[in-house]
Amino acid sequence: MKTDDLVVMLATGAGIAPKHVAARRYTIALGWGMPISFALMLTTIGLLSDIKGALVLPGFWIKFGFVVSLAAVSLLATLRLSRPGADRKSLPVMLSLPVVILWGLAVVTLVQTDSELRIPLLMGQTWAECPGLIAMLSLPIFVATLWAIRGLAPTNLRLAGGSAGLFAGAAGASIYTLHCPEMDAPFIAVWYLSGILIPAIVGLVLGSRLLRW
Amino acid sequence: MQRTITQMRLNKTESLLRERLVSGLEGDEKAYLIFLKDLSTHLRAFFRKRLTQLPDEVEDLVQETLLAIHNQRHTYDAGQPLTSWIHAIAKYKFVDFLRRRAGREALNDPLDDTSELFAASDSEAADARRDVLKMLDLLPERQRLPIQHVKIEGLSIVEAADITGMSESAIKVGIHRGLKALAAIIGGLK
Repeated sequence: MKTDDLVVMLATGAGIAPKHVAARRYTIALGWGMPISFALMLTTIGLLSDIKGALVLPGFWIKFGFVVSLAAVSLLATLRLSRPGADRKSLPVMLSLPVVILWGLAVVTLVQTDSELRIPLLMGQTWAECPGLIAMLSLPIFVATLWAIRGLAPTNLRLAGGSAGLFAGAAGASIYTLHCPEMDAPFIAVWYLSGILIPAIVGLVLGSRLLRW
Repeated sequence: MQRTITQMRLNKTESLLRERLVSGLEGDEKAYLIFLKDLSTHLRAFFRKRLTQLPDEVEDLVQETLLAIHNQRHTYDAGQPLTSWIHAIAKYKFVDFLRRRAGREALNDPLDDTSELFAASDSEAADARRDVLKMLDLLPERQRLPIQHVKIEGLSIVEAADITGMSESAIKVGIHRGLKALAAIIGGLK
């Protein structure tokens, strides 16, 4: 087939191009991913027993604010990375901002704490289970986000996969906050971030295989 | 001075192409046809420059990229420079092509391949080696028939629905999925 014939074929009956595809796919992905992850949290590990008490603590809102803002910027990054040629220059600064702020808070907290109490503050009561559970809760969101990207056209597959994983990790962590009893910035800065980075690294490694088009 | 003139010419090409694509996305098929035609000449030059050793592959790659751009036309954001959008897709398809090729080369001993000696010639470069039309046969009927009637014979969606007994939305879905499947076959994903 000659290229000119192909061009005619493509243009014939092309009609109006589909609109708002990205918005629609991401809405569907979040509409499935978030509730499934929430249900997974309820059925496997359950809500924090004193959830009402937790909701009035500033520590809870610092934690929640961190994961939600990281989820927001990584969602924005993922949206950009699922389109060809979208501007990526601002992404590194955008993505690192919530982390840098949280680390700043963690350092201030540690400096103000007596030296023998620093390690307990950092390790909390649940350091061993926290990253794995965040990764587990991120899984439904991760799968849904990858599905959303597959209907679009990422041109840097590793970055798109990594960014999708980062978003899923942060969104999964926002659901994990409803189970987690830890309220100190140093704990969040280390163990939450580790959990969030698990799907991000998986996405980075598998991106070129999962997102090819 | 020379640079400014070149820059101005590039800007003009960009804005003309962009205008036609935007009209095309709104359903103006004539504008869209001109857009694709112009685009194919730019793509040909782009790939020819990068594939001086493999001139026979140029046209296949042009067609593969055109199909990709058509299938992904909904990802173009009218506020974005067209050049960066097209360049990103062309580069992606180019790298993907090189990787596929590297995979194939690894399977046979390149020194044994005497056909390589005569493979390169300019007159052949105008034709694609792969025939997209023949690849249609690989698609299931619910995708092949809509493409055949609407995209090749130029029937309307309603007429194609009448002939095939499919619903209008099934015709639209069939075209959309069929062209994506075609791209996947070409890209070695199926």
